[in-house]
Amino acid sequence: MTNRIDTCLNGLKSEHRTALVTYLVAGDPDLDASLTAMHCLVKAGANILEVGVPFSDPSAEGPSIQRGHERALANKVGLKNIFQLVAEFRKTDSDTPIVLMGYTNPIEWMGIENFANQAQSSGVDGVLTVDLPPEEAEGYTSVFEKVGLVNVFLVAPTTSDERMQSIVDTASGFLYYVSLKGVTGSAKLDISEVQARVETIKGLSDLPVCVGFGIKNAESASAVSACAEGVVIGSAIVDLLGQCKSQAEVVEKLKPYLSEIRQAID
Amino acid sequence: MSSESLRSSMFRQFPDEKGRFGIYGGRYVAETLMHALDELDRIYTELKDDPGFIAEMDSDLTHYVGRPSPLYLAERLTEYAGGAKIYFKREDLNHTGAHKINNTIGQALLAKHTGKKRIIAETGAGQHGVASATIAARLGLECVVYMGAEDIARQAPNVYRMKLLGAKVVPVTSGSKTLKDALNEALRDWVTNVDDTFYIIGSVAGPHPYPKLVRDFQSVIGREAREQCLEREGRLPDSLVACVGGGSNAIGLFHPFLEDESVAMYGVEAGGDGVETGRHAATLSAGKPGVLHGNKTYVIADDDGQIIETHSVSAGLDYPGVGPEHSWLKDVGRVNYVSINDDEALEAFHLTTQREGIIPALESSHAVAYGLKKAAQMDKDKIVLVNLSGRGDKDIQTIAAIDKIELG
Repeated sequence: MTNRIDTCLNGLKSEHRTALVTYLVAGDPDLDASLTAMHCLVKAGANILEVGVPFSDPSAEGPSIQRGHERALANKVGLKNIFQLVAEFRKTDSDTPIVLMGYTNPIEWMGIENFANQAQSSGVDGVLTVDLPPEEAEGYTSVFEKVGLVNVFLVAPTTSDERMQSIVDTASGFLYYVSLKGVTGSAKLDISEVQARVETIKGLSDLPVCVGFGIKNAESASAVSACAEGVVIGSAIVDLLGQCKSQAEVVEKLKPYLSEIRQAID
Repeated sequence: MSSESLRSSMFRQFPDEKGRFGIYGGRYVAETLMHALDELDRIYTELKDDPGFIAEMDSDLTHYVGRPSPLYLAERLTEYAGGAKIYFKREDLNHTGAHKINNTIGQALLAKHTGKKRIIAETGAGQHGVASATIAARLGLECVVYMGAEDIARQAPNVYRMKLLGAKVVPVTSGSKTLKDALNEALRDWVTNVDDTFYIIGSVAGPHPYPKLVRDFQSVIGREAREQCLEREGRLPDSLVACVGGGSNAIGLFHPFLEDESVAMYGVEAGGDGVETGRHAATLSAGKPGVLHGNKTYVIADDDGQIIETHSVSAGLDYPGVGPEHSWLKDVGRVNYVSINDDEALEAFHLTTQREGIIPALESSHAVAYGLKKAAQMDKDKIVLVNLSGRGDKDIQTIAAIDKIELG
């Protein structure tokens, strides 16, 4: 089954361009702003949208994204609202891949099959569950495959070569390389270390590699784009959205920020 | 797995190598931590049967903690209940005042063997934080304790104790500002400093191998109690009672008895204002299976799967999850999980103080309250063994505030 993610990444590869992957938390600061922001990010050069599913206990997130989750939860945004958001987005954008990024409990609570069916029918293409390593994902992978959802997994600086092989065997779509030991939005990116690790991954797998955690500006994005198929920007966008008081402001703030990064990686 | 297919001789053989107790447990963590958990599992597996490690642990438990803790016949409470004999396993007499030290001693020894110089811990009531700060001081390790801002306010004496012991106490202001958020923050620290930091988890929660190794370190409670009861009474107790927040003191008492079919077990959760009011922390009574803090277990959450703030007068039971082994023991029917409300626990606190001259922790008061109820329904030749998991010095301010008394 062809998936928007594969189509997108293959297309960029043939153009020798790097994918710009952007993250926001659905419902932060509210659902209308999220919809505006998603379209705006695509216009400013994003190729894949990661839509964060807010969770009460986001244990892998740094302060910026934690606050994003808290703002969304103050609006009681849950998976049901997020499926509506994605369906709404799909009305005017049928190409841009969407990956839901979140934690296991809301999915377990809904039931894996129910989640997968609703995600697929609303227009979601992939799922990245931060606290679901391949060892625990057995019950998920087959259900996701059945409806054509891509299951994205993390690879970390601490991942052994042996584990990396098993992750590569389970993953589809792309691999998400966590560029540093830390939470999202940390500021201790070591580019040469990232390059070396991405090399190792590429020796084991043909899957595209997107690198995230700690990439904040045009400079770091450009450096990472030299070695990976994709660059993920998260905390910096969530910080900008947190400052927005209106829909107009969302566009005003996001557009120049992302355009600069787009230019830097092209 | 149904209870019919599970023979009693199998109860103590879990978790399996994936860290599963039936469907519960496992490792639901970000990839960055998987290597550290593999390493911890490897080191623990290597050391747990090593005679040198066991001797070191036993020596610390004897000379530093003060074990064995006594098994005490609470005569005046027995008389009050008017039924079965009530015994207390006196974990309150341990160094630092609770069962928590049994586990921190064990994990700190593991930390020592890994060569890591920095330990981190999360704490609710502060007992695990104090136990961690204590052992860090003794071993000369740097210690950082994460504690919810709300818990810091209601457990001021323990916060000061940790500081005196040289630990850094970091207030956690995210989420509900209680134990669950302290655990999240400790996980964030660990993921950032995983190379030089050992995370001492205080309960039988967290990702594998924590629920297993914490249980093993706490099982000294049940091993001693079993032996002491046999020696004293010439037979096993009829009922065991222990409070359950995360559930480490309860699993420590229960585990060595799991295969003794004649022994009934009661895990007592915090009923807060009453389970029917929604303001409680009775995860096993009112929750359902989900995933929190690295393991699959019963959790309390809303319709969207967001973990809900719990309520209990005792900070140590105020947790919306529970150890995965308890979830499994509930499902297979080996342990009965019940709840005691705030007011019942407070009544038991005062009864124990006035009739036995023992000031119990508010957590342990939940176990005492249920033990009194249970004993009253049983014949006088029966035995109820209650785990008195900690002493109540830390709760004096809370009790005074409830009784509207101002402490100078």
